[in-house]
Amino acid sequence: MKISEYSEKQLVDLLKRGHLLLSLKPFVTRVQSDIVSIARDIALMYGDFETCPIDSFADFHVSVVQETGILGWMKPRARFYFDGRPSFVPLPVDQAFAMLEWGLNWCIAAHSHQYLVIHAAVVEREGRAAILPGAPGAGKSTLCAALITRGWRLLSDELALFDMETSVLYGTCRPVNLKNTSIDIIKQFAPQVVMTESVADTTKGTIALMRPPTGSVSMVESPAHPAWVVLPRYLPSAPPKLESHSRAETFMLIAEQSFNYDIHGANGFNAVGNLIDRSQCYEFTYSKLEDAVSVFDGLCLGRIG
Amino acid sequence: MNERVLIVSALTDTGILSGLSSAEWDLLIRQGRRANLLARLAYQMTADDLMNAVPEQPRLHLISALRMVERQNKAMHWEVQCILKALGSAEADVILLKGAAYVMAGLPAANGRTFSDIDILIPKRRIAEAESQLMLNGWQGTHHDDYDQRYYRQWMHEIPPMRHIKRGTTIDVHHAILPESARLKINTPALFQNVVELPGYKQLFVLSPEDMLLHSATHLFHEGGLENGLRDLFDLDSLFRSFSEAPGFWEKLVPRASELGLSRPLYYAIRFCTMMLSTPIPGEVVAESRIGKPLAAISILMDFCYKRALRPAHESCSTAGTGLARACLYVRSHWMRMPFPLLVCHLVRKAIRNSAPPSWDAPLARDLN
Repeated sequence: MKISEYSEKQLVDLLKRGHLLLSLKPFVTRVQSDIVSIARDIALMYGDFETCPIDSFADFHVSVVQETGILGWMKPRARFYFDGRPSFVPLPVDQAFAMLEWGLNWCIAAHSHQYLVIHAAVVEREGRAAILPGAPGAGKSTLCAALITRGWRLLSDELALFDMETSVLYGTCRPVNLKNTSIDIIKQFAPQVVMTESVADTTKGTIALMRPPTGSVSMVESPAHPAWVVLPRYLPSAPPKLESHSRAETFMLIAEQSFNYDIHGANGFNAVGNLIDRSQCYEFTYSKLEDAVSVFDGLCLGRIG
Repeated sequence: MNERVLIVSALTDTGILSGLSSAEWDLLIRQGRRANLLARLAYQMTADDLMNAVPEQPRLHLISALRMVERQNKAMHWEVQCILKALGSAEADVILLKGAAYVMAGLPAANGRTFSDIDILIPKRRIAEAESQLMLNGWQGTHHDDYDQRYYRQWMHEIPPMRHIKRGTTIDVHHAILPESARLKINTPALFQNVVELPGYKQLFVLSPEDMLLHSATHLFHEGGLENGLRDLFDLDSLFRSFSEAPGFWEKLVPRASELGLSRPLYYAIRFCTMMLSTPIPGEVVAESRIGKPLAAISILMDFCYKRALRPAHESCSTAGTGLARACLYVRSHWMRMPFPLLVCHLVRKAIRNSAPPSWDAPLARDLN
């Protein structure tokens, strides 16, 4: 059954009892929460996702719980629990859903060593993937959000799961994290997108999450073949410029941006090498999303590279 | 209360795994992860050729855990080389303890075991020199506060843990296996007499089989936190099983415990290994070990506490009295560590300084969005 088929009241109830098993393929996450806004945001962001029966195997058991006690009463805060154990510092309760998202990222990054887990956005077209590794502030999420409103499929805006045996990429197709001015830029660029309410004053500034496109969610199990690694760089009022980037430097960047590169040892080294061998490597400077979209379309049509 | 939790049943008899439902696999993986025994289970299942029969989702978690420890195992070899190189000029023999010893001696207890630091033992007179050699080679002291420094240097059996500035690895340098202030007085010089040199290394040693087991028992049954209590009990189980083949092990064990002053922890090790993990121990050794048995009332209390505390710290394993048992053992561990007046001063200082309890599970420090 899809999340969109539940009423908000049903979701609140399932969350309260910890009976919501959300299918975030290839993972299943069991979520518990007493915070009503989380039910609302799950309905808004995960409407196209399936749930699993209560007796299914869940990869991650997470809770986001409002803190009790005097401090909780004075200034409500929420805390993330991984299988009953508190993790991360508590945050103001209006950041509860964002905290759930960050917590899930951590769950995946810390426990999924069947993959090389790379901190990067991944979008796909015609089976070929563009990997956008993420230096914070470089605009990978903004670029990713723009591309998926113009024909590219979302794999992930945060965690690329590289299957080292078959050399293909997976993503969980979860909501896209937007920060600060990116929120309004994307709203203007694609007025049809669905976003959560913006939450101000987080450690990352103002944040909002964007609902993943229905078409991308329905294809979440289809992998994509690595074709391009593009290092985005947002530069105000710069013309779009796509330049070849050193393959060695791109290798080092991907290795550095992988959460479990060290755990895989020689296999990790070979996997990154393999990924780079299969990809054209670019640095991309841009200021306007329209320009960016046409450059990426050009990449896909083989006009560039 | 006496029924086994799933992870213990699985580790003691992997045969039960063929009949597990999805919900049971779910619970097993969670208990295994919390108890730091997931990789051990994965190792055991691989050895028993059972991995392919596991449903895909739990199998991936088992494999993930296994990859992690395989990596740690490699890193351990490298780290030991680095330590030896650093201490080479100190002319000090290095005795590896616990996990590092299990790995470097190739003992089955290392299979699927995770580590957070490396423990070494060196004679007290060599400590200052070893510490400065480690500092010259990139290890930095921790616990810079005056009180902590005094706490470690005056009363403890180790100097403050040292952390390597580049690799982030931690080394605990010990000169004894229990605090100087502890109630139990140990014959430390005798410990250094029976050490075993590791083939292929210069100046690198582990404790003799009996002493290694006694140290493992002493560590577990003086610990207060017990987050890894069940893992440590499985270490003991594995040591008992692998040393049962070593010549003279069973004959020497109880007399050696008396010689070192460790009859009590050996008694507990044998009692809880046999009771909770069905560890095979010869009847006469079990009988002999009773010289370390405490008064009946204490024995009943310890049974109550350890039966509860030596379970995974997971909600599915809590029973009536688990919280009380853990609290009792925490107080006991402090009671054992230092004389009462010193303990009072120490706890008051700690209480004033950190009003918040330490977090067990510090997640990755990396920015995740």
